[in-house]
Amino acid sequence: MQTRKLFTVSLIAILTAGAVSAENVLRWTSQGDALTMDPHSQNEGPTMAMNGQFYEALVTRDEAMLLKPELASSWTSAADGWTFKLRKGVKFHDGADFTAEDVVFSFNRAKHEASDYKEQAKNVVSVEVIDDYTVKLLTDGPNPILPNQLSDLFIMDSGWAKANNVENPQDFAGKEETFAVRNANGTGPFVLGSRAPDEMTVLTRNANWWGNDMFPGNVDKIEYRPISNAATRVAALLSGEVDFVLDAPLQDLKRIEAADGLQVKTVAQIRSIFFGMDQGVDELRSSNIKGKNPFKDARVREAFNLSVDKKAIQRVVMEGLSFPTAMITPPGVLGNTPELDESYGFDLDRAKSLMADAGYGDGFEIQLDCPNNRYNNDEKICQAAVAMLAKIGVKVKLDAIPKAQHFPKIQKRVTDFYMLGWGVSTLDSHYVFSYLIESKGSWNGTGYSNARVDEITKMIASETDIPKRTALIDEAWTIVKSEMPYVPIHHQVLAWGMSDNIDIPISSDDRLRPRFVVMK
Amino acid sequence: MAAVSAISFSLFNFVGDPVNNMVGQDATREQRVEIRQQLGLDDPVLTQYTRFIGNVLQGDFGLSYRIKRPVSTLILERLPATLELVFVSALIALVVGIGLGVYTGIKRDTWISRIVMSVSLVGVSLPTFIIGIALIYLFAVHLRWLPSSGRSGAIDLGFWKTSLLSVDGWRAIVLPAITLSLFQLTMILRLVRAEMLEVMRADYIKFARARGLAERSIYFVHALRNTLVPVITVIGLNIGGLIAYSVITETVFQWPGTGLMFIQAVDFVDVPIMAAYLIFVALLFVVINLIVDILYFVVDPRIRLGGS
Repeated sequence: MQTRKLFTVSLIAILTAGAVSAENVLRWTSQGDALTMDPHSQNEGPTMAMNGQFYEALVTRDEAMLLKPELASSWTSAADGWTFKLRKGVKFHDGADFTAEDVVFSFNRAKHEASDYKEQAKNVVSVEVIDDYTVKLLTDGPNPILPNQLSDLFIMDSGWAKANNVENPQDFAGKEETFAVRNANGTGPFVLGSRAPDEMTVLTRNANWWGNDMFPGNVDKIEYRPISNAATRVAALLSGEVDFVLDAPLQDLKRIEAADGLQVKTVAQIRSIFFGMDQGVDELRSSNIKGKNPFKDARVREAFNLSVDKKAIQRVVMEGLSFPTAMITPPGVLGNTPELDESYGFDLDRAKSLMADAGYGDGFEIQLDCPNNRYNNDEKICQAAVAMLAKIGVKVKLDAIPKAQHFPKIQKRVTDFYMLGWGVSTLDSHYVFSYLIESKGSWNGTGYSNARVDEITKMIASETDIPKRTALIDEAWTIVKSEMPYVPIHHQVLAWGMSDNIDIPISSDDRLRPRFVVMK
Repeated sequence: MAAVSAISFSLFNFVGDPVNNMVGQDATREQRVEIRQQLGLDDPVLTQYTRFIGNVLQGDFGLSYRIKRPVSTLILERLPATLELVFVSALIALVVGIGLGVYTGIKRDTWISRIVMSVSLVGVSLPTFIIGIALIYLFAVHLRWLPSSGRSGAIDLGFWKTSLLSVDGWRAIVLPAITLSLFQLTMILRLVRAEMLEVMRADYIKFARARGLAERSIYFVHALRNTLVPVITVIGLNIGGLIAYSVITETVFQWPGTGLMFIQAVDFVDVPIMAAYLIFVALLFVVINLIVDILYFVVDPRIRLGGS
């Protein structure tokens, strides 16, 4: 009798242990764990998602991707740079005050050779301290979009970094782990609690956060559990072990939606998927056409664009979860307009006659290089394209391989025809032009070169007259749309799965913003 | 082991380019070249290998490209999870496998034996990840008895993080351990059964019966013991297999052991971790085979006495 009573009591205690506390715990999962807590060491999705909870930047974006003040309260531009007024009364998690000195320190750290953010930080030539709460970020000539380029540059405490000997990000040749890899001291809404890599990271709300009264979010604690297997991730959501899956696999969305108490939210992602055609070399490496390059002929490039049926890919391969396009940059990025975004039609007859006019009526052979573990259904899209191109006589040999082997091919310029996807962190076309379209762009594997587009790329880097600048961007995209260096496929769709009890606004950059998350 | 390290090292050249994962898409080509030089990735394979072996002999496995922490620390941190998983599933495989093997060997015609034998076919033929997912959907999603993944409830003893000291820990380890053990379990079951069937026909069993010994003692002392030599050989080889298969099981169940770390390292082309892991697994195989050889002596007196 006595033992049975004891058993009942302890059973009740066990069952209710989790429910007693009244705090709002957001149990979150996604595929990968953060690699490091060092805010300047890894420019990688899960790492930024985690670090963005305890570190903050001068400016940030809200769920609608609009620029908002974070550690800066306001900013103004001048010909030689931008002046930022800093938020007063902000403290780091260890209690140190946030001042202009920390901004100077953090920008220098981000510009350090071992930083993975040096490309983003290079727009700032140097930081001038005006007073404790005002800094001027000096630029190399006028820079109209500097604030857009700052939202990922997190601010560290200079005193903490000095005391722990992490004044520079770790370099690759380093032999020892640095303190910042497993410790964080930011100004953000959450403080790093316990952490077991690949198991669980617990973040607790920062009671002294400056924004506590300014945002609707009411999450007290975040438990982050990476689950690398997609089916297991969905199972954890279905079984109620987690409340939120950041990267729900597309094929499971219907199942999540059908389950009681769960919902799915989707939005067009800031990432476009496209094929590149190398029109720069004199002879394609993988083709049976020798002595000349068919891609140099605009008619061939147009035939490729007309024969790949993007709507069929959307319907059959993506189950409706994509936005067919004729641009390699998605809506939400300055420069994307509905007219330019309108997909090239699917017109097999015209494609065939274009091929015949160009002298390739019998088609030719070519290899398509494709990743198989990077984008949504990447390999299947390529397989579909192979079948579609066969209809205009082009015999495509598909080489679908892991991303670690695929991307070096583009980097080393050894591929004739390849798949690539591109996200735009600054939400401005300049980013796309400078990497993918400008003659010397580091990811422009097409060899495409147009003097006017190159000129515009330079001009928009410093043009501060916004309407004039927007017109220039439009002009460049119109040229690109007619010359077709790429075969744009679609913009990807993001899908988040979550419990009905939480309102999480979905963002097209795939970042969780707990300050807007309301738990019922 | 030298062979394993050499072969694995030469394979790394085909896995891909780590630099692409190490820097963001913004990085320029010059920056990439610079990092390759820093890491010595452009040196001939032989030079890289010699440098690697030199460091390993000094106990230095290097720093993970991906997590930027010492590889030896990482492996030691993850090892308890893998060893406990392998231990529990080996235990399940042994106890259940031998138990059912003896039963089906003795009472081969009962309907229970027939069911066990047909179900065991499933264990042999279904791949680990399908069994794992099926168990997750049954026990975590449908019945909601057990957690779907992870290693919750693990208690940190300072030098060893264990799941075996708490209820939650056991709840978390059950599904992955069963998944991992199923293949070995059915192998052992079938092997023990076959051996039992043969041994039971031997003269000394008839003789034991004639002596009027209890059935239980005939089965478990005389018969089972004589089936054990081949069983131990197979188990020895298969514990190595358990560690190898744990790569898949750990990925499905997000079990934070060395196997999961290895898969992530392959994805990222984290060469220091891949190299250290393969050397470590080779070492385990050597140790296990040594233990198996020693066990022969214990179990089979003929081997012990054969030399003299």
